[in-house]
Amino acid sequence: MSPDCPEPSDRKVPKDSPESKAPFSPSSARAKAKGPIALAIGCLVFLLAPFILAGLKIQATPYILDLLSMVGLYALLALSLNVILGLGGMFHMGHAAFFAMGAYVTANLNLTYGWPILATLPAAALAAGLMALIVAFPVIHLRGDYLLIVTIGIVEIVKIALTNDIFGLTGGPNGLIGISRPTLFGYRLSRPQDFFYLIWIMVALTVILFHWLENSRFGRALKYIKEDAVAAEGMGVNATAYKLMAFVIGAAWAGMAGTIFASKMRTISPDSFTFGESVVMFTIVILGGSGNQKGVILGAFLVICLPELFRDFQDMRLLAYGAALVAMMIFRPQGLWPPKAVQYNLPSPYKEKYPREGSC
Amino acid sequence: MAHFVEQIIYGLTVGSVYALIALGYTMVYGVMKLINFAHGELFTLGAFVGFFFLVTLDWGGVFGPALAIGLTIVMVSGSTALAGHLLERVAYRPLRHSDRLAAVVSALGASIFLQNVIMVVWGAQYRAYSASLLPQVIWRVAGQSFPLIRLFVFLTAILVMAGLYLFINHTRLGLAIRAAAIDQGAAKLMGVDVRKVIAVVFIIGPALGGLAGLLVGVYYGQINFNMGQLYGLKAFTAAVIGGIGNIPGAMVGGLLLGLLETLGDAYVSGAWKDAIAFVALILILVFRPTGILRERVAEKL
Repeated sequence: MSPDCPEPSDRKVPKDSPESKAPFSPSSARAKAKGPIALAIGCLVFLLAPFILAGLKIQATPYILDLLSMVGLYALLALSLNVILGLGGMFHMGHAAFFAMGAYVTANLNLTYGWPILATLPAAALAAGLMALIVAFPVIHLRGDYLLIVTIGIVEIVKIALTNDIFGLTGGPNGLIGISRPTLFGYRLSRPQDFFYLIWIMVALTVILFHWLENSRFGRALKYIKEDAVAAEGMGVNATAYKLMAFVIGAAWAGMAGTIFASKMRTISPDSFTFGESVVMFTIVILGGSGNQKGVILGAFLVICLPELFRDFQDMRLLAYGAALVAMMIFRPQGLWPPKAVQYNLPSPYKEKYPREGSC
Repeated sequence: MAHFVEQIIYGLTVGSVYALIALGYTMVYGVMKLINFAHGELFTLGAFVGFFFLVTLDWGGVFGPALAIGLTIVMVSGSTALAGHLLERVAYRPLRHSDRLAAVVSALGASIFLQNVIMVVWGAQYRAYSASLLPQVIWRVAGQSFPLIRLFVFLTAILVMAGLYLFINHTRLGLAIRAAAIDQGAAKLMGVDVRKVIAVVFIIGPALGGLAGLLVGVYYGQINFNMGQLYGLKAFTAAVIGGIGNIPGAMVGGLLLGLLETLGDAYVSGAWKDAIAFVALILILVFRPTGILRERVAEKL
């Protein structure tokens, strides 16, 4: 036996090690304790931003809060797309279609039937999810570029349908006007800071939920399918069902983002739900770091805030954006903040029954 | 009936333009397995370069219409070919061996970049080609009217495509392109210089796309910096209809899409005209992913 081959007993995980206590937690969670504290402080400062800005008597406070709300909204959309693109590995460039579905469902329920905005939230999610189920079912098996081009087709068709006032529900090219503000316990949310909190609380809940989802059986199955679909199928993972589920969850979330968008803007029109809008969501996920929620949020900040900083160079900023995308893919294709490789230490029934012995 | 025949001719005219653009998509896809999103912008670039020579420099007045158009075609094809070559060098060559997603995003970035370059140079407003370039002749044969301009667009496109067809099928370089499209690895082993093939494809494709842009400018008389997006998506649809990677398929697919769209516009609904292409795209990919000329197999799971 060579010296670098450990005794079989050394391989066994001690009973009181972190792995055995929490078998489903990824081992990267045992990172240094400083990271989470810094993150918590950062989040706290961020959540107090409205008070800090107001305290400093900065003139542009409403504008800044509005911008941060937009960042949050796009973060919400990109996080939902991340479930499809980052976890599931499906090239989906039609996310604006589901965003539109949510926004128009909310607008219709609110304007025609007088539903309060927050009550339309589940309806918007349901409608967008249902739509995703219907449109994705026949195409979910298409791979890579083919799925990409089909989803572009879907978002284009949706935009044409909205412009043509389909079923008399969308108001044509002018869209729908006069959507209510949301009310919470009798309080009407209308100021920039109200939306700032509403949106970022939703982002926080989304991050927590999707983090749990990512490390659940569902998330692990999706990652497996992304890495090697054939192997996953071989191990008994129903690739089509999991991919469809991811698609529906992502779409439902985009639908809820649509609800928030409709009540924040009060006016929605087909111009807000174009192919270009889908590309923005797509690039947020890719630039930030497909598959890593922190990266996706960082991506939302960069893609939404940077162009605002260069407002004076109107024409040049999109030009620079395009060039930056190309450069980014050449020099850092994995995105700014890619996910760490995760190792799962799952209890295996075979390890107990057939412990490895002898050679390496 | 006269109306119907007219629609057919119109459809073939539009379709021949789609076919020209689709060829660029299908050739690039065949060799590199990449959707060149920036191809629609090269088409727009062609339209604006044509605008520069025919309107800004007024070559029509200087050389007379026939010579002016001939020279402009050369200049347009040349400049878009150059742009296409640069695009490949800068945005795609470094990514040849990396992830497919990276190449797609790079293509999107290049598309956004080019579109905004065109906007910065020529402005965001619509630009008009002069209507007096080609004489407004309408021939009448057997009760049908054949406007000269329509025939010009259609015949130019068909001639160029015939030339391409001969090139692809009867030259060594054409053979190399077909070989690289079928199996890059095997082609390399047989001594095909795949890098050269890719370079050639990125010269021919953009040249055809740019020419299509010029034809659209001459035909409709109006161009805009973001017109390439819709034309590009539709032409890509045409390439998929014909079977992506398949060169005759792109020609047939383009003509078919043009006909489908024009007839749909005339007899079904004008407002939904643009949706026809995308519905056709989805139906084709779901039911017959190989396209109508069955050759290349869409990857299925």
